[in-house]
Amino acid sequence: MSFLTIAFAVLFYVATVLLVVGLVRRIALYWKTPAPLKIPTTPAPVTQGGVVLRMFREVVFFESLFKSTKWTWLFGWLFHIALFAVLFRHLRYFTESESIMAVVAFVSPLFKYLAFAMIIGLLGLWVRRLFVDRVRYISAPSDHLMLLLLLLIGVSGAMTTFVVHTDVVAVKGFFRALMTFNFSDMPNLPTDPLMVVHLALVALLMIIFPISKLLHAPGVFFSPTRNQVDNPREQRHIADWARKLES
Amino acid sequence: MAKASFEIPKLDEYPEVPPVVPGTMAHSKPYVAKPDFQAPLEFPGELPDDWHDKAIDAMGDLLGKYRSLRVYLDSCVKCGACTDKCHYYLGTQDPKNMPVGRQDLLRKVYRRHFTFAGKYFPKLVGAEDLTKEVLDDWYSYFHQCSQCRRCSVFCPYGIDTAEISMAAREIMDRIGVGQKYCNEIIGKVYKIGNNLGLPEKALADTLEGLEEDVEEDTGVAVKFPLDVKGADILVVTPSADFFAEPHVDGLIGYGKVFHEAGVSWTLSSKASEAANFGMFIGSYENMRRVSLRIREAALELGVKRIIFGECGHAWRVAYSFLNTLAGPFDFLDPKYPVPQHILEFTWGEIQKGTLNIDKSANDDMVVTFHDSCNVARASRMGSEPGGQFKIPRNVIKAVCNHFVDMAPETIHEKTFCCGGGGGLLTDDLMELRVKGAKPRMEALKNVIEDYGVTNMAAICAICKSQFTKVLPYYGMDMDMIVSVHQLVSNAIVLTGQTSEDDEEESTEDAA
Repeated sequence: MSFLTIAFAVLFYVATVLLVVGLVRRIALYWKTPAPLKIPTTPAPVTQGGVVLRMFREVVFFESLFKSTKWTWLFGWLFHIALFAVLFRHLRYFTESESIMAVVAFVSPLFKYLAFAMIIGLLGLWVRRLFVDRVRYISAPSDHLMLLLLLLIGVSGAMTTFVVHTDVVAVKGFFRALMTFNFSDMPNLPTDPLMVVHLALVALLMIIFPISKLLHAPGVFFSPTRNQVDNPREQRHIADWARKLES
Repeated sequence: MAKASFEIPKLDEYPEVPPVVPGTMAHSKPYVAKPDFQAPLEFPGELPDDWHDKAIDAMGDLLGKYRSLRVYLDSCVKCGACTDKCHYYLGTQDPKNMPVGRQDLLRKVYRRHFTFAGKYFPKLVGAEDLTKEVLDDWYSYFHQCSQCRRCSVFCPYGIDTAEISMAAREIMDRIGVGQKYCNEIIGKVYKIGNNLGLPEKALADTLEGLEEDVEEDTGVAVKFPLDVKGADILVVTPSADFFAEPHVDGLIGYGKVFHEAGVSWTLSSKASEAANFGMFIGSYENMRRVSLRIREAALELGVKRIIFGECGHAWRVAYSFLNTLAGPFDFLDPKYPVPQHILEFTWGEIQKGTLNIDKSANDDMVVTFHDSCNVARASRMGSEPGGQFKIPRNVIKAVCNHFVDMAPETIHEKTFCCGGGGGLLTDDLMELRVKGAKPRMEALKNVIEDYGVTNMAAICAICKSQFTKVLPYYGMDMDMIVSVHQLVSNAIVLTGQTSEDDEEESTEDAA
């Protein structure tokens, strides 16, 4: 095994552990922290089913952002949807299931071009961040660097698809070996620079996910203004720490 | 036009988002509470030497108690969706009045002390230590948020700046930096029973005077009962309703509706205030203590129902929090929601047909309606979502022939705050109040010019007081503001009423 292959194997194990442990701890923290008062932004659904629907519209269509700013919505939504399409295509590196491979193969002719949509979305968001004075004012260096990181991941990945092909069989063999802990027949990773950059940056993204603003992904599900049922008169809502005040 | 020591914003026909001008409102600060005003709320009187550590401890405590605070401080991606949504930003151009700019004042300290990235890479993620300058900024800008929640409508994660402002005010209170206006008032509620410090005797006299006025006007003895044991309904209303204009005309309206509906009701001298300023300062304990007065009054008077008068933040605390803070209300009649809004009651009576209405009594007006922020975005009326928009309009349309709505992006869930909510209705914040009213004034001016609107109806004591004060700065008449129940009062023809109008009509008939 090459040094590069071993280094990346270690890197991806570390990144995965940090991502999973970090996210689980953060989600547990959100879960454990009570919401002592009913604060849904009204008009709000009056049933649990209605809340599920509201959250679905929020997460899938970015409903609130659409109400707010059409340009931000357009670029933001384009980026996220394209990212999920592109990620879906990446399933082929992680599974031996023939049915999943068949679905990926079926959607690939369309989905692979969504890499461009993802890049356009990110560029649009960055232009906004640089040129709208209000958004520039609120941007920290990390906000710009996050866009740069995602752009580099997108561009390097797209280039391995459209410009300089890499040995995808070897890449898949590498990740399958990592997933199955079966290192005896682990192939060496291709050494082309695009691949190395792409994988390194993805590992970096995984590492910073649970300590950055990417926490908006789990956060939205825990947002009391979006996930609470509007029924305070019908049902008494009280947190444990608040109940203690009553005795 | 009223005189001002600051520049009054020019109203635009088509509202535009103004460019950022840092620091325009850095000088705006309300008076700090003296130790005497802090004590009744169980807050320290002045800044202790170890204020920094105490503030960070308080932040940690709140992070463990409020999921909203924790999730909202983590989740913001700085997308900018909220940046042009706050009336205070639109009126002042100060970027720290953009919702995210305001949140970041707290978020940067949160990141420094409670996140990995902020502890080890503060410059990278915009984390900062809590210095005296930052504390000054907190005091200034967290008292430039009216907790109206307009930003939360547009945030893709539902981040509500009101939650952040409340937490910041609570942290400041815990290190002895309270706001005089709010904390003095809460003290008055504890001591006397209402925000205005109106003692029981004065209240009884005022109500007696109202009874005389109404009888003189109508010839009908409409009662305004106080502390009547065994009454069916306890009415809790903002104390401004007892004497301020146009608030008191609304109170007269409630009295007439109850009279015609034939129900027994009473006000309480113990709970002679609907507003709960405990919410403004983000203090669960104080909000609870203020709420418990209402429970006690209901128990002592033995009522079956509780109805709240026209008041925005009060209705939020009543609708959304009262059951939590002072419930369960299992001793009341389960047939009725606890509490009810006066408009829910009046709309019910209108639908039942118990009220004899003469809409032409309001024919001298073309009315528009200002959705109060906390009613619109933090509560409901009726059983359907959005009832808080429909029911007030239904009632207005039932008693007025001429009603026009303002522009769609300024009403319903997108309504603009009056500019005086959330504990900012104090003269030491006059510049902020005038500038913050700009978006609402623009929308109002447009319907005045396009549709000849003469009056704007409101259902909140703060909105009514704020507009009365602010309208003249924009060259408009302070009497434009009316209570919704004032319109109802005008239009109700009481059973057995003998008014001047009737006499005129009968002469006309005879002729």
